[in-house]
Amino acid sequence: MSAAPGQTVGPFFHLGLPYEGGNDLVPPGRAGAIRLHGRVLDGDGVAVPDAMIEIWQADPDGKVCRVPGSLRRDGWTFTGFGRAATDADGHYWFSTVEPGETQPGRPPFFAVTVFARGLLDRLFTRAYLPDPDVYGADPLLGAVAPARRHTLVATRDEQGLVFDIHLQGPRETVFLSFPKHRGVWA
Amino acid sequence: MTTQADIDREIQAGLDSSREHQPRLDYPAYRSSILRHPTKALQPVDPEGVELWAPCFGHSDVGEAEADLTIQHSGEPQGSRITVSGRVLDGDGRAVPHQLVEIWQANAAGRYAHLRDQHPAPLDPNFSGQGRCLTDADGWYKFTTIQPGPYPWRNHLNAWRPAHIHFSLFGTDFTQRLVTQMYFPGDPLFPLDPIFQSVTDPKAREALIATYEHDLTSPEFSLGYRWDIVLTGSHRTPLDTDEELA
Repeated sequence: MSAAPGQTVGPFFHLGLPYEGGNDLVPPGRAGAIRLHGRVLDGDGVAVPDAMIEIWQADPDGKVCRVPGSLRRDGWTFTGFGRAATDADGHYWFSTVEPGETQPGRPPFFAVTVFARGLLDRLFTRAYLPDPDVYGADPLLGAVAPARRHTLVATRDEQGLVFDIHLQGPRETVFLSFPKHRGVWA
Repeated sequence: MTTQADIDREIQAGLDSSREHQPRLDYPAYRSSILRHPTKALQPVDPEGVELWAPCFGHSDVGEAEADLTIQHSGEPQGSRITVSGRVLDGDGRAVPHQLVEIWQANAAGRYAHLRDQHPAPLDPNFSGQGRCLTDADGWYKFTTIQPGPYPWRNHLNAWRPAHIHFSLFGTDFTQRLVTQMYFPGDPLFPLDPIFQSVTDPKAREALIATYEHDLTSPEFSLGYRWDIVLTGSHRTPLDTDEELA
């Protein structure tokens, strides 16, 4: 079957998608909580104030969460999903924990989806934890041109991790396509 | 200023040069896309870890009443009441059960209850335009809402969007995430709209248009529209289990 086409989230997605607590996968300030944050920038390096970022991640033990509760958080259950709209400066942030390895030897990452007014379909990428030692062993990091690899790897700051997303331009983020995205389903 | 005739020519050039089932990201007829699309090819990768699973939502997340956009305030909203229902399927035709569907839309006058909407059409104090539901065990969703109006935007001079409802969907794995728009049959604005026409394959565009379905129409209450949504295929095989991830 042919998949329905995507369409842009447009300028008014704030009405339907972001929700209170969406960016707090764990309460800010709790022991072990980090901030994952960054800016979404266009091809001129200008902030995108109407973008939305979703993250989906394993817990610190590398376990994939199979529990509901992302939309109405109880403050205790880690669901692994978060959603944040960018502010006027193109800045987004999450309060979360660092994901663990889901498979031995594979560097952990946040799965990231990017939406924006002006972006006709969602984009997928990954934000890897900073650990340059394991880059070459990872199928994705090993396949990406070394000059672009850094776009997939978060950097550390005092509160946690920084991950900027460049939709276009010399520092364009590496965006992903998965096997079932390609071709047509008869 | 750019006119509709200019945009029509750009749309036609897109239709002449490609037939794509997904929107072209590089599609300058939609002016806001010019600096906001990647210029480098997407990197092919096999999904792993969390990407093979989707977030899980349940009745603790979504109340039953959230599927009815006409009962969120003390009075009845203006406009024609409609029921929109259909099935969410994956690329192999399997139902996507118990998964989150979110919608947002303009009111009957074509105005969004959003600060950035400057269209001088009336806001409706009885209509916020936001709803959610979970699909049932067979992948069915159902919303009660108001027929949204078309509205002007500033892509070019005299630009108008065909009436639509924004939909956000999850599948059974994260790679199936979809945000799209549902349109209404026979809209005269289809050929003029660069967002709709950014999907250059005509059959694929049809997949965004609901059909009127009289069996979904309720006597003396609401008109019914049916819209089934096919996601991309799941990468997880039926043999995958939670245990394998432990």
